[in-house]
Amino acid sequence: MSTIDKVAGGVGNFADDTVGASKVVNGFARKIFPDHWSFMLGEITLYSFVILLLTGTFLTFFYEPSAAETTYTGMYAPLAGQHVSEAYASSLRISFDVRGGLLIRQVHHWAALIFVAATIVHMIRVFFTGAFRKPREINWVIGLVLALLAVFEGFTGYSLPDDLLSGTGIRIAQAIILAVPVVGSYISYFLFGGAFPGEDFIPRFFTIHILLLPAVMLGLIVVHLALVVIHKHTQYPGPGRTEDNVVGFPLFPVYMAKAGGFFFIVFGVIALIAGLFSINPIWAYGAYDPSPVTAGSQPDWYMGWLDGAVRLTPGWFEFTLFGFTFSMNIFIPTTALILFVVVAGSLYPWIEQAATGDRREHHLLDRPRNAPTRTGLGVMALTFYVLLFISGGNDIIAHMMGLSINDITRSLRVAVFVLPALAFVITKRICLGLQRKDREKALHGRETGRIVRLPHGEFIEVHAPLTDTERWVLVQHDVHRPMEIEDRVDAGNPDSLYGKVQRRLSKFFFEDRVEPVTPAELAEAHHEHHTEIGSQEHASIEEQQQSPSISTAQTSRG
Amino acid sequence: MSEIERAGEAHGTGSTALAKPAGAVPERFENPGLPPHKHRLGDVDPQAAKRAERQVAILLILSILGSIGIIVSIIGIKYDGSFDRISASTKAIGLCMFLSLFALGVGAVHWAKTLMPDDERIDYRHRQRGTTAEREEAVAILKEGAAEAGLGRRPLIRNTLIGALALFPLPAVFFFRDTGPLPGNDLSTTMWREGTYLIKDPEGGRIRAADVQLGSVVHVMPEGIEEAEHVLNEKAEAAVLIMRLDESQLTEKQAEWGVDGTVAYSKICTHMGCPVALYEQQTHHLLCPCHQSTFDLTQDCKVIFGPAKRALPQLPIRVDDEGYLVASSGFHEAVGPSFWERG
Amino acid sequence: MTRTLTALSARRRHPLAVVVLIALALLLVGGLYAALAPRSAEASTTTASADDIEAGKKLFLANCATCHGLDAQGGNVVDGSGAGPSLIGVGAASVDFQVGTGRMPLAQSAAQAPEVSKIRFSQQQIDQMGAYIASLAPGPAVPTDEELDVSGVSDEQLARGASIFRTNCAMCHNFAGKGGALTAGKYAPDLTGVSGKHIYEAMVTGPQSMPVFNNNTISPEDKTAIIAWLTQEEKRPDPGGLTLGSVGPVSEGLFAWIAGIGLLIGCSVWLGMKSS
Repeated sequence: MSTIDKVAGGVGNFADDTVGASKVVNGFARKIFPDHWSFMLGEITLYSFVILLLTGTFLTFFYEPSAAETTYTGMYAPLAGQHVSEAYASSLRISFDVRGGLLIRQVHHWAALIFVAATIVHMIRVFFTGAFRKPREINWVIGLVLALLAVFEGFTGYSLPDDLLSGTGIRIAQAIILAVPVVGSYISYFLFGGAFPGEDFIPRFFTIHILLLPAVMLGLIVVHLALVVIHKHTQYPGPGRTEDNVVGFPLFPVYMAKAGGFFFIVFGVIALIAGLFSINPIWAYGAYDPSPVTAGSQPDWYMGWLDGAVRLTPGWFEFTLFGFTFSMNIFIPTTALILFVVVAGSLYPWIEQAATGDRREHHLLDRPRNAPTRTGLGVMALTFYVLLFISGGNDIIAHMMGLSINDITRSLRVAVFVLPALAFVITKRICLGLQRKDREKALHGRETGRIVRLPHGEFIEVHAPLTDTERWVLVQHDVHRPMEIEDRVDAGNPDSLYGKVQRRLSKFFFEDRVEPVTPAELAEAHHEHHTEIGSQEHASIEEQQQSPSISTAQTSRG
Repeated sequence: MSEIERAGEAHGTGSTALAKPAGAVPERFENPGLPPHKHRLGDVDPQAAKRAERQVAILLILSILGSIGIIVSIIGIKYDGSFDRISASTKAIGLCMFLSLFALGVGAVHWAKTLMPDDERIDYRHRQRGTTAEREEAVAILKEGAAEAGLGRRPLIRNTLIGALALFPLPAVFFFRDTGPLPGNDLSTTMWREGTYLIKDPEGGRIRAADVQLGSVVHVMPEGIEEAEHVLNEKAEAAVLIMRLDESQLTEKQAEWGVDGTVAYSKICTHMGCPVALYEQQTHHLLCPCHQSTFDLTQDCKVIFGPAKRALPQLPIRVDDEGYLVASSGFHEAVGPSFWERG
Repeated sequence: MTRTLTALSARRRHPLAVVVLIALALLLVGGLYAALAPRSAEASTTTASADDIEAGKKLFLANCATCHGLDAQGGNVVDGSGAGPSLIGVGAASVDFQVGTGRMPLAQSAAQAPEVSKIRFSQQQIDQMGAYIASLAPGPAVPTDEELDVSGVSDEQLARGASIFRTNCAMCHNFAGKGGALTAGKYAPDLTGVSGKHIYEAMVTGPQSMPVFNNNTISPEDKTAIIAWLTQEEKRPDPGGLTLGSVGPVSEGLFAWIAGIGLLIGCSVWLGMKSS
């Protein structure tokens, strides 16, 4: 027995004696994780969060969370002798006097931008593949809450250096709070310890940024991951993959190396970006002062959609009634919009459940094309989001492209309503079209590009038949049909309001659909062209014409 | 552990389970089961495996070099007060960090991909929902416990318990009472009073009316603002712009509150409080850089575009005996963003 | 989206509307200048020779009079081709800025006259035209070498210049002088590479949308300090690395998505691929 084995044995023995490590190893070490690049998106999020915790801790060693006034005496001449806050002065010290400080600040900021971006991409993956379905509804909601907290966490961090841009951001945040009906000014005075900006918000935001929100997020992340372990990971449909298994690689050693290695890859990429690209040059912005402002005053990207919504909302949304001011031009595109997104997003799994009436567990992911209405709704929401984001940068776009900011804003006011609706219709059509293509392929095989002339002179393309394995992905999915009255007999009174809503919902979701090929249809298709082209052996040759057996609700064209 | 099988083994058992019933055409296709495992080059060719091993080792050595590079950069690049050093240090440490972390990560993943087993394994799932027996047992336990607690039989306890639980978090809200003063009418008042001199922002110094030229704009603060208890709080409300234009372009009220075509307006946007500082001297439009609210100076700063609703408040000004600009009263309405009590 | 934008730009460039707008705007500002040009501190003191004035007049008649009128009193809209504002009292500084940056003669109508890299006149010719305009009525003079000398600016003055820039300039030209959008297609230009002289002249003359900052609102020393700060910032590399245009969080956010998320997804795809 080598020394290493002995040491390992000793450590293992101790760990088992004290904490029952053998049970942990038995339970977890060989857990299976399916392999797919899109499953790493959540890991990018998780790892950038860890990077944020590490670099953030480093920054707290030097950062002074205080709005107390001090005179700048550091090396940046253009600020010499200026009255600045301790917070701003210490942020400059981190940048200019702490070795590696500027790099770590930039890693922290870039990691924050990437953290929220990766969160969104991860959520997009989960949504479009239907990974939020039973039994993962709660984890979807937790993820949504985490995304919201990530945005708030980012905003409180953006506010801490106390430079001109961050102060402008806080000013806008205060206006959002003021616009809350009835209690707005009270919340503002309590949060800021009096009038804006006051001296209290920096230490308070600091506590929220480094303690409160990270602690809550960490707790939710633990639950989020625990649920992934409990539910076991979803997998894409494929041969051998069923609702009752999970196919992939074991945690130890393969995923230990892959996922562990991926942490270093994420950290490495962020370090590379932070080492080469400047972010938030706080010295150039100057210290916060409510009087100056810079052209292109924008928040970090993840707040951009709210800023854009505010830019688009016309002023007449504000009105006075009974001697009180209703700032709906601010309240609707900020607080109300956030609430709407969170509530609608959280409810979505149940909305879809109502439409399908499906209470089963789903561990096989949907291919987005196989859920056309959902995919359409998702693209619609994304289009809306992206348009708001573009609105948030309308001044930059106007300047860069030499356009009129007024024209851009006016067009976007229309576009935020028209384009998402259009996106829904187009996406849904594309999905149905792709499904039809899948049907064609499942029935007639894959196009080979080889053209053959038949004895009677006709030219046709040779189609190679699919193997069972190849065909499986195209035909494995279930398709829901609009609910009939009798479908609800066990679910409650079909004539109740809920019953009616449910049927309408179901019709909206599943009226247009393309059903997967059945073995009977395949057999018939084979039969058809074997009689038609008897001379051809081993190659399925098919005319490019619509098969009559496609059972779609609308007139379909492949 | 015992549930996890190698895919190869599972294939045999799995495919019998999934075998098609002979004869009749099934309603749906059957899952064909896992395809046979394809071997990698490294699995069959010891040379390829050796090559992969060397590649991983090279990556790990690069990582070691990167880590050493970080230490060398931190110790080696001393800060001497020049920006070149900061710039060099940031780049050097950043690139070494990239090498150290990225090479390590890529090495580990490459190792896993090329040399660790790549045959897929199967783990079986169990429904989250308990079996009927489990569920019945759980319900029985809960019922028994509830009966033991006697909640059903003792409504007095049940009701007071609900009340107590509902009320206990409420005091927590009141602990926040001293986080700040009540707003009162603070939001409606600024430092401007009758007789407050206008001074230049940020340089200071009173402003002679005659010095304000047509087409010019001056950023203004009330005199004495630097001595205020909360300088920034006061600035956030009291920032003012003065602009001069031909008196014929002004309304009667504007001209009356101004001096020879010089008018003073709050610089704090009535939308969200950003400084509305972009003055186009030809069109006489004031533009807010945050959300593009546009105010027309020739129409008493009425909103002509964007998300703001209310006009910018005008500050009445006059000249003193020596020709300096001075406020002839405070603002007649609250400046800055809207709030509930503003009315 | 691209189509919408093209459509927009096409509409914005509707020739007649813009011409009329520009003409009115220029007419207005010209009129204002004529009426209330500063006559004290900034009045031209340099004595130009009669020859220069004569040469300048010739150049003016050949190149400018079509729009600005034969006596620089401003043109009338005759055929819609252009009517310039009166140049009486705008001073040599205005001529030096407008012609020296290529904004004048106006090549084509746009939301505002753009800076043009190819200048059609030599500095001597520009000076001669400036001398002619300055001879009509006193106006801001071209800044002297002393006013443009940034070598003697102390750190305190530099800080003051930066502070004044942030309050008076950054809202249009952005914190780093990179420019920004104004209303209806107008813009505050990027100050990178603009000479100190032209920046100074822009401050005293207030070209196009820009307000005037005469020597009473921003003293000559402070103007020099602002130029010193801009020059220094332009020369110094950003210690954090490449700047992505210094336009704030929009470009940073885009970069985080394209480079950051792009690279990381690339790595994920590699990680999820089977090894051959």
